[in-house]
Amino acid sequence: MIRVQREDFDVGAELEALTSGKTGIGGVTSFVGLVRDIAGGHRIGAMTLEHYPGMTERQLGEIEAEAMKRWPLDAVLIIHRFGRLEPGERIVLVAAASAHRQAAFDACQFLIDWLKTKAPFWKLEETPQGQRWVEAQTSDDEAAARWVKE
Amino acid sequence: MKLLYFAWLRAKIGISEERVEPPAGVTNVAALLDWLKTRGPGFAEALKDTRVVRVAVNQRYVGWDHALAPGDEVALFPPVTGG
Repeated sequence: MIRVQREDFDVGAELEALTSGKTGIGGVTSFVGLVRDIAGGHRIGAMTLEHYPGMTERQLGEIEAEAMKRWPLDAVLIIHRFGRLEPGERIVLVAAASAHRQAAFDACQFLIDWLKTKAPFWKLEETPQGQRWVEAQTSDDEAAARWVKE
Repeated sequence: MKLLYFAWLRAKIGISEERVEPPAGVTNVAALLDWLKTRGPGFAEALKDTRVVRVAVNQRYVGWDHALAPGDEVALFPPVTGG
């Protein structure tokens, strides 16, 4: 399931809803991304997440479908927020549920790694020196490249 | 053709979307970027280093040689930084 929204989400309630009634699930892994107060040596007062409505949902849907194809998953959840967020606020939740833990762990890492390099979101940080667009990290590309099949 | 600009490309160009009719020779993405660069200082500045420009046509990533059609939705944006 994919959601792109301005509002916050309740991690416990989301995971509960994801696995509710699916008693074949043996484990669920999740990753929650938060706004940090320092990034790249800059103090961050807040950040604004911009996205490309339509393409965002399409890309997240494709990432979800790819995970379902690669691992025996019972459920996948991706929630990503947009708009202005302050340090400590939740940005993203990805979760994967499976009969066994290894598929759930691997799929969860795959989901966030691919999301970070493929989903059309951009972060604009507010720092004491002014506004600053976050630059893409080579380490994110390397993390995503681990999942490219030969 | 509908053009969309995001993040610092939008900020430098000064608008988030527009409708354009490129000249007849503009048949692919590379030619579109070359033409856009000539449309003013904001475009020239935003597109001066195309290594940091990503292009999506009809909401899918494409390469520089992708052929364009008149009804396409073409989005230009920097490498993504979500998550």
